[in-house]
Amino acid sequence: MAARPTFPAGLALDAHKQQACGTPIVELPLPPQVVLALDQGTGYSAEPVVTVGEAVAAGTLVAHAGHPYASAVHASLAGIVVAIETREAAVPSGRSVCIVIDGNASNRIDDSVRPVADLAALSPDELVQRLRDAGIAGLGGAGFPTATKLAYARNLGAHTLVLNGAECEPWICCDDALMRSAADDVVLGALILRRAASAERCVIAIEDDKPAAIAAVTSAIERLRDEALTLAVVPAVYPQGAERQLITAVVGVEVPAGGLPADAGVVCQNVATAAAVAHWATRGEPMLSRVVTVTGSGVEHPGNVRAPIGAPLAALIAASGGYRDTPLRLIAGGSMTGRALPSDEVGLTKSMNCIFVATRDDIGSRLEAVEVPCIRCGDCAGVCPAGLLPQQLLRAAHADAHDTLRQLGLSDCIDCGLCDYVCPSQILLADRFRDARRRLQEAAAMAQKAADARERHGLRKRRQQEAATAEQQTFESVRDRARRPDDDSAGDSN
Amino acid sequence: MRFDTSPAPHVIAGYTVPRVMFQVLFALLPAGMAHVVLFGPGLLLQLAVACVTALLAEAAALRWRGRDAAPALKDGSVLVTAFLLAFSIPPLLPWWLGALGTALAVLLGKHVFGGLGQNPFNPAMVGYAILLVSFPAEMTRWPVPMDVEGSRSWSELARMSVASFYGADLTTHWDGYTGATALDSIRSGLDLRYTLPELLARGDIAGTLGARGFAWINLAALAGGLYLMLRRIVRWHIPVAVLGGLLVPSFIAHGLDSGNALGPAMQAFSGATMLTAFFIATDPVSAATSDRGRLWYGAGIGLLAWIIRTWGGYPDGFAFAVLLMNLAVPFIDRYTVPRIYGRQP
Ligand code: SF4
Ligand code: SF4
Repeated sequence: MAARPTFPAGLALDAHKQQACGTPIVELPLPPQVVLALDQGTGYSAEPVVTVGEAVAAGTLVAHAGHPYASAVHASLAGIVVAIETREAAVPSGRSVCIVIDGNASNRIDDSVRPVADLAALSPDELVQRLRDAGIAGLGGAGFPTATKLAYARNLGAHTLVLNGAECEPWICCDDALMRSAADDVVLGALILRRAASAERCVIAIEDDKPAAIAAVTSAIERLRDEALTLAVVPAVYPQGAERQLITAVVGVEVPAGGLPADAGVVCQNVATAAAVAHWATRGEPMLSRVVTVTGSGVEHPGNVRAPIGAPLAALIAASGGYRDTPLRLIAGGSMTGRALPSDEVGLTKSMNCIFVATRDDIGSRLEAVEVPCIRCGDCAGVCPAGLLPQQLLRAAHADAHDTLRQLGLSDCIDCGLCDYVCPSQILLADRFRDARRRLQEAAAMAQKAADARERHGLRKRRQQEAATAEQQTFESVRDRARRPDDDSAGDSN
Repeated sequence: MRFDTSPAPHVIAGYTVPRVMFQVLFALLPAGMAHVVLFGPGLLLQLAVACVTALLAEAAALRWRGRDAAPALKDGSVLVTAFLLAFSIPPLLPWWLGALGTALAVLLGKHVFGGLGQNPFNPAMVGYAILLVSFPAEMTRWPVPMDVEGSRSWSELARMSVASFYGADLTTHWDGYTGATALDSIRSGLDLRYTLPELLARGDIAGTLGARGFAWINLAALAGGLYLMLRRIVRWHIPVAVLGGLLVPSFIAHGLDSGNALGPAMQAFSGATMLTAFFIATDPVSAATSDRGRLWYGAGIGLLAWIIRTWGGYPDGFAFAVLLMNLAVPFIDRYTVPRIYGRQP
């Protein structure tokens, strides 16, 4: 193959994948308890439809997705609902209402879990609805409901479905493991997703450092012989798997700033999501489990584990041989964008692709970092995949200059962390930008509130004015009538 | 089990400012050796006085500003300033002038603007320019380089360097040991209506590659600069643009008027060309921000240096070219903002 298509900037990083990738996927034994967060990572929660004390089977709907950004949650374990309460959770806000289920050994499966018999007869709209009901959400890290994305794609007429198997972030290899062991599921799911999105074609993109996955997917595609399905091998450059960057690499277009991939005619889904769709199609199973990489120098046997959603992370780590050495951080995700969690008692979420138990060996570079002033070396700008000037953003963030921040494209920062990675002054750039984004959002919300208040005030004034005018008119008409008692028609015809 | 938390990214490359600075110092080694071989040990004396003064000035400035001096002294940036100044001034300069230049560079060039990362001008060039306009005679007196036929022995050169360092009057004892630089001699030769080929044929001004003495230093600085590019301490944009900005016009001018205009080889391997292209203009703090901006910035330095060398009042123009382009940085930055992903240009 000639020069492989990629996106501008970025950086090749140490992959650290060998630790977890050598062994086959392990099935986690059913845990005694699951903790299902109703916010699965998007900041929007599903609403509980069960009550404490209720018996549930595996696959029973326990929370309904009212908001398009929330995903339906199903019991991943047969048992009794023992609590519905706000708890610490592995989500950006740190807390979520959780449904806690104590398992009983019945292993009862809900009656609704049946193979989808009429798959071929379902219209795209029906397919989207069924995927929503099944609680299928992006397994690549964002946890965004698949159905909502597909609906956007259909509305905006997306022509290409890009299946993201790039898995560019260091330490994570659950997609790799899945593609190697279940490539047929990935390909089947790809076809269903393509139909649901009404896209013409589907491209499965894999980074070139995963030859085994590439081989497995290639032969799965050959077995299926669908013209619309192709494979794109992309270079292993971080952040190749970031949605926008991958779209540029494989489709050759840019997603407009502030827009959606669908605005560029593309919809992106993760390969693991495709495999989950295949699971749903062949067995009728809603999203009850996922494959997650458990890795880092702080676990005894790094590997990939298939575990029920809601399984406490401690159980996953125990299944990987437990802690070793001195674990300093428990990170949900990889080394670049993962979120450090305060506790291992939180439940696995749909969007969690990696549990990275880091010791000083892994993260010493950051722990020992000493921040000094920016020397304007420009290394950050040289690697920024969004084409930003982080050193200028930093200044503007420091000055809290909102207009400058907007102008410099703060909202276009994809939070990849590469600027931090290369900065010789070891400045926590990405975190400053997160802070600044939050402040900008707060300012925008305040401005909106003020505008609303003004509008309400304006409305009241207008109403008062209208009332006053009406009164005046009535008065005048009454007066007029009083003057011309004999002429009735004049007032009415006006 | 409970854990501490911290923001992503959790792993970084581990580059540090001291690493950058000490790599720069290391890359100056070949040029320094060439300098000492060709012009005597004067450079080492200048380096010593510059480094000591720079560290003292930095510590004093930080103390006045109420900051902790220790980390700043260790980051090496002030030593880079000292080294670049010491490389730029003549090795025969009396020590107090070297000290004065360095102190001005650190205090006026760096700390009045707020210290590391804040200075709009290249500190070493600030110090150099002030010395040059204030002490033109001392600042243009160089030893006759060792590769000129009939030059004295290196040990003689060493004795003169030490004497000069302590302020001895060189005219009584060492007349004929010192002279102007090659660029200087050519400039005054041309002013006396000699032609360029006549001047170059004299043998004491230029060798096969470039200026006597300076050709080797430039070659060594080029080697050090390439090393920095290889180690990714310096990116290619500024050096390539500086050389392009200088060499393209000199190539054209030389083609049009070979009797008066220096050719590209002579331009490249004389004066402070390579030192500026790889070590001085590449000071990131005072350079333009984006890669595209740095191309304009570098090209501007090269072109201005060519203009000053050709028509200006100073034989080598790099210090002023750098300072002028420092001044232009806000303007360049304004018009060279890179296109953000997903936005129209
Ligand atoms: S990498 Fe760090 S030191 Fe260099 S310009 Fe960017 S923020 Fe400044
Ligand atoms: S975190 Fe933002 S600013 Fe930094 S490199 Fe990534 S996209 Fe650019």
